[in-house]
Amino acid sequence: MSSATTPAPAAAPDLEVRAVSKRFAAHAAVNELSFSVPRGSFFSILGPSGCGKTTLLRMIAGFIQPDSGAIAIGGRDMAHVPPNRRPVNMVFQHLALFPMMSVGENVAFGLARRGVGRAERTRRAGAMLERVGLAGAAAKRTDELSGGQRQRVAIARSMVLEPTLLLLDEPLGALDLKLREHMKVELKQLQSAFGTTFVYITHDQSEALVLSDRVGVMNQGHFEQLGTPQELYYSPATAFVAGFVGASNRLSGTVRAIDGALLEIDAGDGWQVRARAHTALAVGAPVQAYVRPEAMTLARTPAELPAGHSAHSGQVTDMLFDGASSALLLREARSRRELRIALPQTGAFADLRPGAQVCFGFEPERVVAFAAV
Amino acid sequence: MSEAPARARWSRRLVLALLLAPALLWLLALIILPHVDLAVLSFRERVAPREYTPSLAQYRTFFTEPLYWHVFVRTALLSATATLITLLVAFPIAWIIAKLARGRTSALLFVVCLIPFWVSETVRTLGWMILLRESGVLPAILVHLGITAEPVELLYHDATILVGLVYTSLLFMVVPLVGSLESLDNSLIEAAYDLGARGGAILRTIVIPHAAPGITAGCIVVFMLTLGNYLTPTLLGGKNSLWFTEQIYTQFITRFNWEQGAAFGFLLLALSTAMVWLGLKLSGQRFSDVMRRV
Repeated sequence: MSSATTPAPAAAPDLEVRAVSKRFAAHAAVNELSFSVPRGSFFSILGPSGCGKTTLLRMIAGFIQPDSGAIAIGGRDMAHVPPNRRPVNMVFQHLALFPMMSVGENVAFGLARRGVGRAERTRRAGAMLERVGLAGAAAKRTDELSGGQRQRVAIARSMVLEPTLLLLDEPLGALDLKLREHMKVELKQLQSAFGTTFVYITHDQSEALVLSDRVGVMNQGHFEQLGTPQELYYSPATAFVAGFVGASNRLSGTVRAIDGALLEIDAGDGWQVRARAHTALAVGAPVQAYVRPEAMTLARTPAELPAGHSAHSGQVTDMLFDGASSALLLREARSRRELRIALPQTGAFADLRPGAQVCFGFEPERVVAFAAV
Repeated sequence: MSEAPARARWSRRLVLALLLAPALLWLLALIILPHVDLAVLSFRERVAPREYTPSLAQYRTFFTEPLYWHVFVRTALLSATATLITLLVAFPIAWIIAKLARGRTSALLFVVCLIPFWVSETVRTLGWMILLRESGVLPAILVHLGITAEPVELLYHDATILVGLVYTSLLFMVVPLVGSLESLDNSLIEAAYDLGARGGAILRTIVIPHAAPGITAGCIVVFMLTLGNYLTPTLLGGKNSLWFTEQIYTQFITRFNWEQGAAFGFLLLALSTAMVWLGLKLSGQRFSDVMRRV
């Protein structure tokens, strides 16, 4: 097993996708997509349902042939290589554990297909189960396991074959929220322990952000942005990414004035907002600006706002208590737009009630404006 | 105060009993009572006109007369063969209906399997005779194509009987197979493929274990139908058919030996019970699981 800490610098990326396209009738599911995943990293493909991410994953696994383009795994071109001969294994959405076999037989299945002898098979399956924390579960039936344990069996079943690449098709989707949070951490730990390259698809932005080294945000068959979770969150490349990754307040309006890199936006009924322009915009152009709830600062009077913040005011409509991610909803005084603002952890504004008047502000750099489409 | 729930429980039971009554009466009057009567018949012997004594003579005759138990074993073996052929023919059809065909095609294929049952069995079998007899359609075609010099008699062979039995039984195998194959999650097949399995291994390790209750159910139904079939073997096999149901018919109708016929009937019942038990044991299935598939 290759170690994540000493990657071979000259080695080809474990997965290279070059200009791959796939059409179903008139619909382009995947459109001229290219990316590569370096050895030992955790790569996520994040997108809404129907964006083509499952098609992309199934092309990598070999269940679907691309119309054009090439896929190389471990430096080897995969054209016309069937799924059973690719150095790739997949963890299916509903895990697809074989109910007619015991846990041990499930894990040993791939080894048996490779012609590994029974004793060796049992030994390696047992060792793999021990590695995922399921020592002694080999004789159990798959339906005797909990959701999290089944997940680990599915991963063990693939990892025992030592694939170059492990594909995961929203494996956490079927779990309840609490277990999902737990499995997220476990998956990340398993990946760094094995050092295998993981390609993970999900529609859950939190999973993608927590788990990944790099994320491709996919929409309508192409990548909107490819970058680290931090890049996606703090400098979204497109309006789609800004809206899809993390919570955001969307302000639509028109450009009133341009001041260097900053724009003056009329966000409805004369409410003036200053924002950073992501693309070149002309005066009068329609824009969409995004500002995150935690980028805004609350204050009781304008004087309390930090210097350099633009000052605005509004009326509290609701308090949303959710522990560390508590927020309040307010209606901006001029535009009557509803905004979501994160409450500080100090509890300073916990006494606010719906109807209260408050001030809020933000640094113009933290509002990103895109040309409206 | 506790009377009300008790009364409710009683009325619920009464409703249940009334709903089941027609079926239970039917079962009692038309299946259990005649069989009790036949059982009594089979265990007696006629010693003089209208005079009978309890005896095992009818069963003894079966074992001492080679023709009877030869026919019995032959019927069992041919039925088992017909069941196996039906399974081999029906499996690909069921696979196509359950996994490959979509919507209308799948329904159409089902109808194709059902079409033979639109025609009565007698007419259908007579149709086969028109096709297969020496002066019939198929021998004429064979001569025309130069495959045979003279028209050959295609009727009255064991193979002809098997063809007829498989044709009649196909639907009863396809239905439980489609049911059990439809419930097989496609991602299991994909997962096996992904883990390196080829077609044969997937069939052996995933598909057949999953479909086992359906396969067993289909085989039980087809075997019972084939074993108890009278018309197809008699018409297609003629005098050579030597089917056990024919022996029973002969005893009851031609020989007017009801005692012997009843004993044969019970031997056939014992045979089908034993074969079903054996089938369940060999395939490791439970009767209740299998019956849910029929």
